[in-house]
Amino acid sequence: MNALSPELDRKFRDAAARDHLLDVAYDLVDTPVGELLVAATDHGLCRIVYDASAEEEVERLARAFGVRVLRSAKPIDGARRELDEYFEGKRRGFDLPVDVAMLADFNRRVLRELARVPYGHVVTYGELAARAARPRAARAVGTIMNRNPLPIVLPCHRVIGANGKLVGYGGGLERKEALLRLEGALL
Amino acid sequence: MALPPFECFYEDHRDEIYAFLVRRLGSQRAEDAFQETFLKALRAYPSLRHAEHLRAWAYTIASRVAIDEHRRLSADGELPELPVQDGRPAFAELEHLAESLPPTERAAVVLRYGYDLDYADIGAALGSNATAARQAASAGIRRLRRKETQ
Repeated sequence: MNALSPELDRKFRDAAARDHLLDVAYDLVDTPVGELLVAATDHGLCRIVYDASAEEEVERLARAFGVRVLRSAKPIDGARRELDEYFEGKRRGFDLPVDVAMLADFNRRVLRELARVPYGHVVTYGELAARAARPRAARAVGTIMNRNPLPIVLPCHRVIGANGKLVGYGGGLERKEALLRLEGALL
Repeated sequence: MALPPFECFYEDHRDEIYAFLVRRLGSQRAEDAFQETFLKALRAYPSLRHAEHLRAWAYTIASRVAIDEHRRLSADGELPELPVQDGRPAFAELEHLAESLPPTERAAVVLRYGYDLDYADIGAALGSNATAARQAASAGIRRLRRKETQ
């Protein structure tokens, strides 16, 4: 039987990304908070998913970015390295370009403000709404946090309730707590 | 039917296309041809209008790559290593039988009778059209019959 070797398979996946033939590349990244599916376009990181069903996520990526979706390690290497450093406590901010062009204006504005919340700090949903010039939109901000396409890198774990409670997290409260603990924001 | 994400298309067909290329070119030559086949497919993929006949489409691209490679090899005077296996399926037998035919006739015969592609797809694979593909296939069959009766 002439089986395709993993090496030849990887070579093709590398070449596809190298020749810029992909709408979106993705790979799985192991972290202390579980396996992440990380996806990127030529413009930057576009999706980080906890507990992903790869099959469903590939369909979703194809609908959002185009049918040329392929698992490919190379385009995700930068993200993998920065995530590793973050979880080792060696990195306090991400330098990766992000691609959030698909999102609505207000969502982008909120996420831009979110990206400015420093490592180890927290803000409330209301404060973040105010920073995005919509002080009464705390609930809408909550929804945007819940649908954050790039958790960890865009730090929605740093947004908490006005009463100091963690409230919610797309990846589950345990992870929100673990991330805040890692950053020293929780004792 | 909507076009599936390329990842699914690739996973569904990579093994059989690789095996096909190994039979046509030998394992060493098949490696480059495999990459070339799927890079070509990836380039053309978004322009496909529907998801029918994706398997046949993959075979037509692979056949074209294999034919080009054969032409290149015969121009270089090199001969590919062709592995022989026990328990070959019918289409591989056919390929073996058709080995002596000129490249275009061989491709047309194998794709039509071994892989059951229609002439339009075979024409596309050969860089011609359905009529030329039909002529090449029947010329190939006639030639095989003549050999048999000799």
